Amino acid sequence: MGDLTSRTAAELASLVASGEASAVEVTQAHLDRIGAVDGAVHAFLHVDTDGALAAARAVDAKRASGERLGPLAGVPLGLKDVLTQVGVPTTCGSRILEGWRPPYDSTVVRKLREADVVILGKTNMDEFAMGSSTENSAYGVTRNPWDLDRIPGGSSGGSSAAVAAFEAPLAIGTDTGGSIRQPAAVTGIVGVKPTYGGVSRYGLVAFSSSLDQAGPFARNVLDAALLHAAIAGHDPYDSTSIDAPVPDVVGAAREADIRGLRVGVVRELNGDGYDAGVRQRFSEAVALLTSLGAEVGEASCPHFDYAMPAYYLIAPSEASSNLARFDAMRYGLRVGDDGTRSAEEVMALTRAAGFGAEVKRRIMIGTYALSSGYYDAYYGSAQKVRTLISRDFAAAFEDFDVLISPTTPTTAFRIGERVDDPLKMYLTDLDTIPSNLAGNASMSLPIGLSPDDGLPVGLQVMAPALADDRLYRVGAAAEAALRERWGHLLIEEAPAL
Amino acid sequence: MTATYDEALSMFEPVFGLETHVELGTNSKMFCGCATAFGAAPNTQVCPVCLGLPGSLPVVNAVAIESAIRIGLALHCSIAPWGRFARKNYFYPDMPKDFQISQYDEPICVDGYLDVEVGDEVVRVGIERVHMEEDTGKSLHVVGSTGRIHGATHSLVDYNRAGIPLIEIVTKPVPGTGRLAPEVARAYVTELRETVRALGVSDVRMEEGSLRCDVNLSLNPVGSAEWGTRSETKNVNSLRSVERAVRSEIERQAGVLAAGGRVVQETRHFHEDTGLTTSGRSKEQAEDYRYFPEPDLVPIAPSSEWIESLRATLPELPFDRRRRLRDEWGISALDMQAALNAGAVDSIEATIAAGAPARDAYKWWMGELARQANERGVEVSTLPITPGDVARLSVLVADGKLTDKLARQVLDGVLAGEGTPDDVVAARGLEVVSDDAALGAAVDAAIAENPDIAQKVRDGKVAAAGALVGAVMKATGGKADAARVRELVLKTLAG
Repeated sequence: MGDLTSRTAAELASLVASGEASAVEVTQAHLDRIGAVDGAVHAFLHVDTDGALAAARAVDAKRASGERLGPLAGVPLGLKDVLTQVGVPTTCGSRILEGWRPPYDSTVVRKLREADVVILGKTNMDEFAMGSSTENSAYGVTRNPWDLDRIPGGSSGGSSAAVAAFEAPLAIGTDTGGSIRQPAAVTGIVGVKPTYGGVSRYGLVAFSSSLDQAGPFARNVLDAALLHAAIAGHDPYDSTSIDAPVPDVVGAAREADIRGLRVGVVRELNGDGYDAGVRQRFSEAVALLTSLGAEVGEASCPHFDYAMPAYYLIAPSEASSNLARFDAMRYGLRVGDDGTRSAEEVMALTRAAGFGAEVKRRIMIGTYALSSGYYDAYYGSAQKVRTLISRDFAAAFEDFDVLISPTTPTTAFRIGERVDDPLKMYLTDLDTIPSNLAGNASMSLPIGLSPDDGLPVGLQVMAPALADDRLYRVGAAAEAALRERWGHLLIEEAPAL
Repeated sequence: MTATYDEALSMFEPVFGLETHVELGTNSKMFCGCATAFGAAPNTQVCPVCLGLPGSLPVVNAVAIESAIRIGLALHCSIAPWGRFARKNYFYPDMPKDFQISQYDEPICVDGYLDVEVGDEVVRVGIERVHMEEDTGKSLHVVGSTGRIHGATHSLVDYNRAGIPLIEIVTKPVPGTGRLAPEVARAYVTELRETVRALGVSDVRMEEGSLRCDVNLSLNPVGSAEWGTRSETKNVNSLRSVERAVRSEIERQAGVLAAGGRVVQETRHFHEDTGLTTSGRSKEQAEDYRYFPEPDLVPIAPSSEWIESLRATLPELPFDRRRRLRDEWGISALDMQAALNAGAVDSIEATIAAGAPARDAYKWWMGELARQANERGVEVSTLPITPGDVARLSVLVADGKLTDKLARQVLDGVLAGEGTPDDVVAARGLEVVSDDAALGAAVDAAIAENPDIAQKVRDGKVAAAGALVGAVMKATGGKADAARVRELVLKTLAG
């Protein structure tokens, strides 16, 4: 069954449920694929071979005994290394957490277990999710399966690369400023940032608490919906979790009908600074949606221009506080504890040695922004901008059911190209940040290869909070039309590894 | 350098303020379900949340919010219709997250007061705010013996206390109390303790750290309207220490100012052993806590219906209750304060309810029983005697069945575990002898043994009869009714 790794998650679940393939076979096929290609891609930081096979055996045993199986029973998945899983190393891509094995499961992991998903291992990421290229990982860069000299996006680059390289049909990422959508866009797959509060953050090691949101990666829209449905829902362990029914994302993905849907093209998220190839594919996508019966118009969100600076005050401010706990006292790295130094000195030495440059930069920015005397000018102003951005969205959503833009201004850049230019790196997330600030749902969907460089281009679809299902309606409709045009999914054009 | 108290008060007016932390008696912690029992083995009441493990999130304990609102209502505060928690950021090993979840510019209760009594005076202490926060863990610095941080070879941290809900109650500055400042400060903490205890939200045991105090104090020259620079004294953890710390800071600051010096705005530490404060870290190079709204929690928005339903649960407040009881018992403010300080108010009230006249109930608890408690070094209310026992004793005396002296012996018996007063009377045979036949024989014997004295009485020196009564009392082992004996003596000699 050598082709098991090319199947969709929905197909694999049905093969396992019907007994045509065992969960162990499915899992082993993906472990073999990881063994074959991950040396080149480096999507995984930790492959939990024993744990994955044990979970697969449990699924097979469950089926054998006639127990009801979860909706994604036996389907393998890559888990971003920012979510806790009992006993499995969780590093967040940082030296400071090297060797830490959490004693508790994140709610996402608990729900994955309940869905009988098989977790293959932990995927690489920019340190503490700070970055757009996975180059900020302390454990080496992940490579884009489309071109191994290019970045797979970030911060969830390990997850996007694992799915794009067929090492797993599904992966979990987290998105604070675009860290699911941007990697999905540059690797030619589907990635969704659910409504803030839609998926529990319990066990998600916080970068920026008011922005972080876990979500699915998949090679097609229906698979993303299945994973979204499996991990979403109210969690009493997360106060910011929304106590409302999960939108019917799977139904919407199956429906795939956008006739009469009002689609707004965000004026501010296009134009100068966008690759010509990206703009071309985007305008073709607009035409495609029109041809599918959508009513397309132009939306204006004037305050989106201020989203980037607001984000780079709010996120580092929260991070400077969230990352304080890595102080060598209770877990993780400890440096300089030779019996002569004070606790404070050990804390300082550990943090100096354990955090990478980008993390330190953001801790310093955040510390400064929250300082007495500067708070109002920086953090306070940024929160006001955030409110204005939410109002822009609210006004636009009165006229439109969804908003669209390119997911990123450019395709995947080369490894090393922006690593010394933080501002240029930050611009990567220009299109995705507004949805984090406003907390609404947002998806990236592959819409073709750029004629400039032959690399994937993503379409971003944004929906109001708690209307995540609209993303899947649009995504599934566009995907079906494109598949009809191409005869296959975009990812199938990726070069063989 | 230090001025005497009188010197200090002749030159300066003190202004003080108190920040009091009350550990709530909730069953679970502020932001997780861990138990809060005092004295458990270290690090046995912890979970990912209160250990601040990466990825964990806080969830507010609704009972803690309820307790905070009830405290606010009892302190006549306004309850904020909407408020957020804030993070107070600083590094310390006993703080699992290296920030404390607290409240900053949006406290849950603001602008109230607490009336306190000092002697016959009532002082209204303004309450600035009441807010909620989580406690830290506890560090133990290990070095052979001293337990101090200097010279410690290593430190151990117990996180059982981390995350226990705390309520911080901050007064407004209290000016104008003059030389009474130390007593007013103490009376405030006492009143606050009684109030919190009456609400049933904390056991407020200072010795277990469930009530802790910081004292802010400044001096200004007599007649000057401008307040001076204040110091903040931490580690003031008993009622007596509150009083001593205020006094000691008045004396110290007066000394500094009188010598032409300048009071430094700083944190100081109070030492129980010396009663003095020493300098801690200076506030001028203080940490910037970088407060910002806690993004992991949603705002608290108590509805007015909820607030009113909580108001309806408030008990009679100790201040009001004492006013009422004083009137009912007919005692002075000073006597009431003595009963309060002795922790005897509840016992006295229960004794009256059990049938004793107020005067007797007060006298027993604040007299003989207080003395016994003092001897044993315990609170009077913990003595092994019930208000019912005391009431019975009082009735036995009123009915003439016991003399005061006999009653004290009965009391000893009850305290010794010999049973109820009636049991002790029966077992020890302590009942007053008022049988005229039995007494008559004793009177005749006393007269016969003291003919000289008897003659004096016959000659009209009635005062001399006392000696004969004493002789009868001695002969009957104190069990005779002395008044009756006197009547019999006079009657016999008059005949």
